Amino acid sequence: MSDNAAAIGGIIAHPAARKEATPRRSRVSLTPYGLVAPALTLMAMMLFGPLIGVIALSFTDYQLGAPSLSWIGLGNYHEMFADRVFWIAVRNTLVYVGIVVPGAVTAGLLVALLIQSGTSLRGLYRTIYFLPVMATLIAMAVVWEFMLHPQFGLVNGLLREVGIAGPSWLQDRGTALYALCAIGIWQAAGFNMILFLAGLVSIPKQLYEAAEMDGASSAVARFRLVTWPLLRPVTTFVVVISGIRSFQVFDTVHVLTKGGPSKSSEVLIHTMYTEGFEFFRSGYGAALTVVFLGFILILTLVKARLADRGAQYA
Amino acid sequence: MTTSSNFSLWSVARHVLLIAGAIAMLLPFIWMISTASKPPSEIFSSELHLIPRQFALWDNLQTAFAKANLWRFLLNGVIVTVSIFVLQVLVALPAAYALAKLRFIGRNALFALVLFGLLIPPQATAIPVFLLLHKLGILDSYAAMVLPFTISVFGIFLMRQFFRNVPDDLVDAARMDGISEFGIVWRVMLPAAIPAVTAFGIFSVVAHWNDYFWPLIVLNSEHLRTPPLAVAHFRNAEAGTNYGALMAAAMVIIAPLLVAFLLAQRRFVEGIALTGIK
Repeated sequence: MSDNAAAIGGIIAHPAARKEATPRRSRVSLTPYGLVAPALTLMAMMLFGPLIGVIALSFTDYQLGAPSLSWIGLGNYHEMFADRVFWIAVRNTLVYVGIVVPGAVTAGLLVALLIQSGTSLRGLYRTIYFLPVMATLIAMAVVWEFMLHPQFGLVNGLLREVGIAGPSWLQDRGTALYALCAIGIWQAAGFNMILFLAGLVSIPKQLYEAAEMDGASSAVARFRLVTWPLLRPVTTFVVVISGIRSFQVFDTVHVLTKGGPSKSSEVLIHTMYTEGFEFFRSGYGAALTVVFLGFILILTLVKARLADRGAQYA
Repeated sequence: MTTSSNFSLWSVARHVLLIAGAIAMLLPFIWMISTASKPPSEIFSSELHLIPRQFALWDNLQTAFAKANLWRFLLNGVIVTVSIFVLQVLVALPAAYALAKLRFIGRNALFALVLFGLLIPPQATAIPVFLLLHKLGILDSYAAMVLPFTISVFGIFLMRQFFRNVPDDLVDAARMDGISEFGIVWRVMLPAAIPAVTAFGIFSVVAHWNDYFWPLIVLNSEHLRTPPLAVAHFRNAEAGTNYGALMAAAMVIIAPLLVAFLLAQRRFVEGIALTGIK
């Protein structure tokens, strides 16, 4: 991205190039609509139509294949709020987000700081920590399942070496959700590291020199005085991005636990999938989607607010 | 970091910490390769060892390819990801050009829609899009996997930002030469935007090669399965009886992207970091 930024900066430096191309505008008059027509049609069909559709659907009793549907007002929402599984899914999703976001953000930040604090082997470390981001999550989830195998898995094998009898991680209702959190952190940390590294590179070197002259001799003091405040916009950004991605957790849950045992790892999108695509209760699934959208909306608003505040600083 | 002895001490500590973390990151990959190289007798043993005593990678790969049509699934992955990317570019580039370089009524409203579209997570539209594909009668097909993703508002946004910085003189010169607006998109703007298109391509291909949610919803037929679905089905069918072959299959599925990543790391990191903007 640095290449692009440089290219963009270079071009912006020629303000003369900015003026609009006015001649022969009449000839072009209908062309813009032709150029945007395919995109606009598909946006209506695949994005905004379905978005309105999912909200409308949540007030109906539609089931796939049913000959008709009727408006039932808040019926789906009443059923949902009275359903124990819904509340378990909300709670588990919040626990998942509450563990994975701090875990993956802290890990990403620490790794980025460590990599940036020296000069040797930077590229190698960056590659290694980024590997989990690239690897197909479903394939790696299956690997994790075998690592967490109660008898033949690596994790319990290592625990046995130090005399601890490990649990049946994914089959135990007390540990299943936390095992999924660990996989989530393992997968997301490298992605956050990349964003933090980009943020660290953009901090001017002179600030560190100035801080050192002002008596901030230890690395910790310089971190507190320079790195942390200047990294704050990046940090809040990474937190929100991680939050949005964690709310969407589905792949590992569906392959490894199906929300079990006894709903202990049931999460919102998995409930939506089960209701909407296994029982084909489209209306009820839509209501679950609306709740999910509500959470995403809150995070998006937080991000927008923080972005505004960040702009004030800059 | 102030004195040289301090420096070398910190340098050692830095490597120790980073290597410890790197081992944790790599452990699943190492364990995958190790298990894929072991015969069943060594896999189903409570005693830990990484290096197989009897090297069985070839047997496990053969079993994996015999039990699941992995070539076909990899081919499906290529067909789906390439189709999605090509169509995304075909749809997004003209729109991005119009938004960046032409003046027309409704331009700002359209750009606002693009920005709003960025906020919609793919799971949110799943049920209505599924019903639409059901109505069209194209569930369980390549079209069902490709069509919903032909529109990428993120692609439009990204290319529009890039096109704004292409000098107008370039566009005007092309018009003088009598090139149509449509021709300008492909003959002037596309060549100028290759770095941005590459980054977007990596972003798009990685996202859809690894996507599990959507193919899971729309597919039934075995011969259409994408790589992630194939691994999930392999796992369910084996039900914990043949981990060696399962790990070999997982290796095969993640190999194409990992190899491409290792060959062009910079480009990949740039492409994936774009997800952050989204």
